Amino acid sequence: MAEITKILTEHIDKPGIETFKVYRENGGYNAVEKALKEMTSDAIVEEVKKAGVRGRGGAGFPMGMKWSFLAKPEGVPRYLVCNADESEPGTFKDHYLMKSIPHLLIEGMIVSSFALGANKGFIYVRGELMYVIRILENAIEEAKAAGFLGKNILGTGYDLELVVQPGGGAYICGEETALLESLEGKRGNPRNKPPFPAVKGLYQCPTVVNNVESIANTPWIVMNGGDKYASFGVGRSTGTKLISASGHINKPGVYEIPLGISVREFMESDEYCGGIRHGHQLKALVAGGSSVPILPAHLVYETAEGNERLMTYESLSDGGFASGTMLGSGGFIVMDETTCIVRNTWNFSRFYAHESCGQCSPCREGTGWMTKVLERIENGKGSMSDIDLLVDVAKKIEGNTICPLGDAAAWPVASAIRHFRDEFEWHITNPTEATKPGAIYRGEPILA
Amino acid sequence: MSEVEERVALTPERLAKVQEIIKRYPAGQQKSALLPILHLVQEQFGWVSAASMDMVAELLDIQPVEVYEVTTFYTMFHLEPVGKHVIEYCRTGPCCNMGGEGVYDHLKNRLGIKEKETTADGVFTLKEVECLAACGWGPCFQIREKFYLHLTNDKVDEIIDELRN
Ligand SMILES: Cc1cc2nc3c(=O)[nH]c(=O)nc-3n(C[C@H](O)[C@H](O)[C@H](O)COP(=O)(O)O)c2cc1C
Ligand code: SF4
Ligand code: FES
Repeated sequence: MAEITKILTEHIDKPGIETFKVYRENGGYNAVEKALKEMTSDAIVEEVKKAGVRGRGGAGFPMGMKWSFLAKPEGVPRYLVCNADESEPGTFKDHYLMKSIPHLLIEGMIVSSFALGANKGFIYVRGELMYVIRILENAIEEAKAAGFLGKNILGTGYDLELVVQPGGGAYICGEETALLESLEGKRGNPRNKPPFPAVKGLYQCPTVVNNVESIANTPWIVMNGGDKYASFGVGRSTGTKLISASGHINKPGVYEIPLGISVREFMESDEYCGGIRHGHQLKALVAGGSSVPILPAHLVYETAEGNERLMTYESLSDGGFASGTMLGSGGFIVMDETTCIVRNTWNFSRFYAHESCGQCSPCREGTGWMTKVLERIENGKGSMSDIDLLVDVAKKIEGNTICPLGDAAAWPVASAIRHFRDEFEWHITNPTEATKPGAIYRGEPILA
Repeated sequence: MSEVEERVALTPERLAKVQEIIKRYPAGQQKSALLPILHLVQEQFGWVSAASMDMVAELLDIQPVEVYEVTTFYTMFHLEPVGKHVIEYCRTGPCCNMGGEGVYDHLKNRLGIKEKETTADGVFTLKEVECLAACGWGPCFQIREKFYLHLTNDKVDEIIDELRN
C-alpha cells in the first residue's frame, strides 16, 4: 500500500505534544517563521489556492477562493474567525484535534491571519468544551511567551491577538453568520445574505470564517507548498480528511485518511473502522454528519451505476439525492441490522426541531411537524398518509429558509423514506409488533 | 430578599476576570463578553438567576432584556436552581447507536428521577442534551466541564456512588 501521508495527525500521539516545547521540537511553528519572514500574504493565499483545500466544516467551499473574496477597504480591521462549534451529530474530529494538539490550530491561526492581513482572530468553541477552551488558552499563552503571538511577532512587525470565545449550547451557532451574531453577544440567529461575511462580517467588518480542520491544514501547506498538498487525493478532493467514525464498527474514533480511498477500505480495514462489530451486517450509512442523506447498504460500497464508492466529495455525492450522499463534515455513522431506521430518523428530526432558531416558519413549524409525525409512527400510532405527509413537509422546508438548517432537517427524513419506505410502512401496518421492545424490521430495503 | 442580593456579587477574582474579558474586544463591543461572563456567573452560583442577569447587564452597560434574550436562547444556562451535579446526558442518534438509550434508562432508574428533575437529596439534576461532539466515545454525559465516556450501566453506578460520597 502506498505510504499514507498524515498532514494533521502525524505527531498527535507523541507524549507531551500538547505543550509548546514538544510541539516545537517536532517542527511546530516553523510555518510561522517561514510565512512571516520569507513570504508575502498574497503568496500564502496563492499556495492555499493551489492546494485546492476545501472547507472542512461541511460545505466544502474552496478555502483559497473564500480568502480571495475578503474585502480590504483601507483603515477597516479584518477578522479571521475559526469555527470550532462542532455540533453536527456524528462529528467529533475538531474536538479530538484541539484537545490533542492545540498548537496546530494556533499555528494555523497565525499563518492564516497573516495571509488575510488580520490582527485579531477569534476561535469560537462550543461552550460544552470548556476544558478544551482552557487547553487552547494555555497554548496561546505559551505561544505568546515564545514570541509567536502578540506584538511584533518574531521581530517582523506583525501583530496578532487571538481570543478563544465560548458558545452557550446551540447547534445553529455553527452556521457562520449565526456564529458571528453569537460572537457579538446576541442570540444565534443566522443573518440574511448578502452581505456575506467577506464584506460585512464580525462588527460589520470583512471577516473570514473557517473550520478548525481547514485552518489546521495551513501550516503544512506553507511548509510544503500547495502543489504537494494537491498531489494527495483525487480530482477536486485534495489532501487528507479527518473522519469521525461512530456506530456499529469495531474501532470507532477519528481517522485521517487520504481523500480517495474506497469506502470499503475505510469501513473494513484494520487501520480504520475494522469492520462491522460482532460479525453483524451493514444496514445503512450516514457518511457526513446527521444532515446528509442516509445510504442503504447496497449503495455504500458501490454507486447506483456500479462504480466503486470512494471517500471523496464527488464519489459520495454520485447519484445526487436519489442514490448518493455527501462527505459533509466527515461524520461517518455506521448502522448495522439492529438499528431501527424510523427511530433514528425521529431522533435526528427531534434534534433539528430542538436546534431551529425559529426565525423562518417553514423550518420552525416544519421540523416540529416532522418530529411529531415520526414519533407517532415510531410509537405505532401512524397512518399510511403520514409517510406522504412527511415527504411533503420535507419538500416545503427545503430551499425555503434563511439558512441551510432547514435543508439539513429535511434531507435525512426524505432520504430515509426514499430508501427505507417499507420499514416505515411496517411500523404502520404492524403497530403491535413494531413497538415491542427491541423489535427491528429486518426486511430488505427497497432499491432506489 | 437579602439572600438574593448576597448571591449576586461575583467574587473579586471573577470581577477582575470580567474586566480582562471585556478588554478582549474592540472598544464599544463589550457586549461580546456576554457569553463568557454568563459562564462565569454559572460557574459561581450553579445557575443564572434573574438578579444575576441584571448584574451582568450592569457590568456590560447593556439593557437587561439583552441578557434575558440570550440566556433563554442558549441551552447551557440553567435558569432555575439545580442540584450539586447536573448530569447532561447525550440523547442524540450516534450515542443511541452506541447503546445510549439503555444506559440512560438505567441512569434514570438509579437516580429515581426523570429528565429536568433533581434528586430529593439535592445532589443530582438530570438534563438531556444534544450531541456533545464525542459520538465515537459514547454513550456519554457531561457534568460541568468533565466528560464521562464509554458509559455502561456499571460505570454509571460507579460514577453515581463516587459523586454521592
Ligand atoms: C446549521 C449549520 C451548522 C453548521 N455547523 C458547523 C460547525 O459546527 N462547524 C463548522 O466548521 N461549520 C459548520 N457549518 C458550516 C459553516 O456555516 C461554514 O460554512 C464553515 O464554518 C466555513 O468553514 P470552512 O469553509 O472552512 O468549512 C454549519 C452550517 C450550518 C448551516
Ligand atoms: S432555517 Fe431554521 S435555523 Fe436557519 S434561520 Fe431559518 S429558522 Fe433559523
Ligand atoms: S451523539 Fe452523543 S456525543 Fe454525538
